[in-house]
Amino acid sequence: MEEDQELERKISGLKTSMAEGERKTALEMVQAAGTDRHCVTFVLHEEDHTLGNSLRYMIMKNPEVEFCGYTTTHPSESKINLRIQTRGALPAVEPFQRGLTELMNVCQHVLDKFEASIKDYKDQKASRSESTL
Amino acid sequence: MAAAQAVEEMRSRVVLGEFGVRNVHTTDFPGNYSSYDDAWDQDRFEKNFRVDVVHMDENSLEFDMVGIDAAIANAFRRILLAEVPTMAVEKVFVYNNTSIVQDEILAHRLGLIPIHADPRLFEYRNQGDEEGTEIDTLQFRLQVRCTRNPQAAKDSSDPNELYVNHKVYTRHMTWVPLGNQADLFPEGTIRPVHDDILIAQLRPGQEIDLLMHCVKGIGKDHAKFSPVATASYRLLPDITLLKPVEGEAAEELSRCFSPGVVEVQEIQGKKVARIANPRLDTFSREIFRNEKLKKVVQLARVRDHYIWKK
Repeated sequence: MEEDQELERKISGLKTSMAEGERKTALEMVQAAGTDRHCVTFVLHEEDHTLGNSLRYMIMKNPEVEFCGYTTTHPSESKINLRIQTRGALPAVEPFQRGLTELMNVCQHVLDKFEASIKDYKDQKASRSESTL
Repeated sequence: MAAAQAVEEMRSRVVLGEFGVRNVHTTDFPGNYSSYDDAWDQDRFEKNFRVDVVHMDENSLEFDMVGIDAAIANAFRRILLAEVPTMAVEKVFVYNNTSIVQDEILAHRLGLIPIHADPRLFEYRNQGDEEGTEIDTLQFRLQVRCTRNPQAAKDSSDPNELYVNHKVYTRHMTWVPLGNQADLFPEGTIRPVHDDILIAQLRPGQEIDLLMHCVKGIGKDHAKFSPVATASYRLLPDITLLKPVEGEAAEELSRCFSPGVVEVQEIQGKKVARIANPRLDTFSREIFRNEKLKKVVQLARVRDHYIWKK
């Protein structure tokens, strides 16, 4: 399915921008003064519910995360605020990166299963039309 | 026992009550349920997940996805509608248009015509690039002139007889290869998907002569780039009978649901109702209008079984 590849491409694009820090501000980190690195708000530019909701789900599945939520700041601006708070002293960047990787793995797996299923269906149809002929 | 069953139901079913829907949100996050381990486990997901294609033909596809959550299924649906690229007409160079259809209306209609070209073989056009190269642009030409038919009968009033070329269809669009496109794409592979879409109507003396540039784009930019007509999903319906239903009530029950859902069988002389195929039900909730039967049936949806239709 092409959309699996699209989702993967978007996520890997985010990851490389985090590593390089270049690419026209795709991602920012905002931290309130006085707290340590376990509660952070990430601002993701050019993103919407498509990535926001699915990423929120993957990060919430991590037992170390105490709170995870996202909002769209305003419907005219295409950016989302994603906030992560972890239990204990785990830096918030870690569940963020883990969530992105896990989401990529999910999409890759869905793509593989879907392509296998389409291929099975086509083979079945071919063999069924052969047997009727 | 009952408590464990209730918890299972809360986790796996969305229940449709008489006046509202319960258990809508996903609650299986780690820490919510004390006896379940809900942390993300890729292997458990891979074991539970499956995709079954129900029906596939050239224009539509129906398949089931089992074992995935609403957040990710919805992300797929949003991407299908808005972020899968296609090729569509973007710029129209009008050399001559003496038809009754205005230039901009004609250009809008041409943009909406689906083009049969694999977008993966093309690049996006760079911003500010007006010319377009062979790697990001497809060219089509549309040249139609309407004339009077000299062989028509004197008193005929049928436009099909009187005029030649009075309806402009997509089959009048011809592909003009750029650069090395003629080598890459064999004859007949780059064309509009349907060749019987009516673009405009003409009368004798009117002519349309234009050149179109197609580029790659996504649905977020303009809906003409969206590759699907519709992409939707619904959850698998799950109907349970809380008490056995017999006799006349069984016949009534079968009429409250879509045909094929409830089967009435004769067992030992009595008519007994059985839920045969809940997948066909469209949940019109007719059952709640029947005072006797509404307490006997529970309507629900299986939370992680998505039936996709595009």
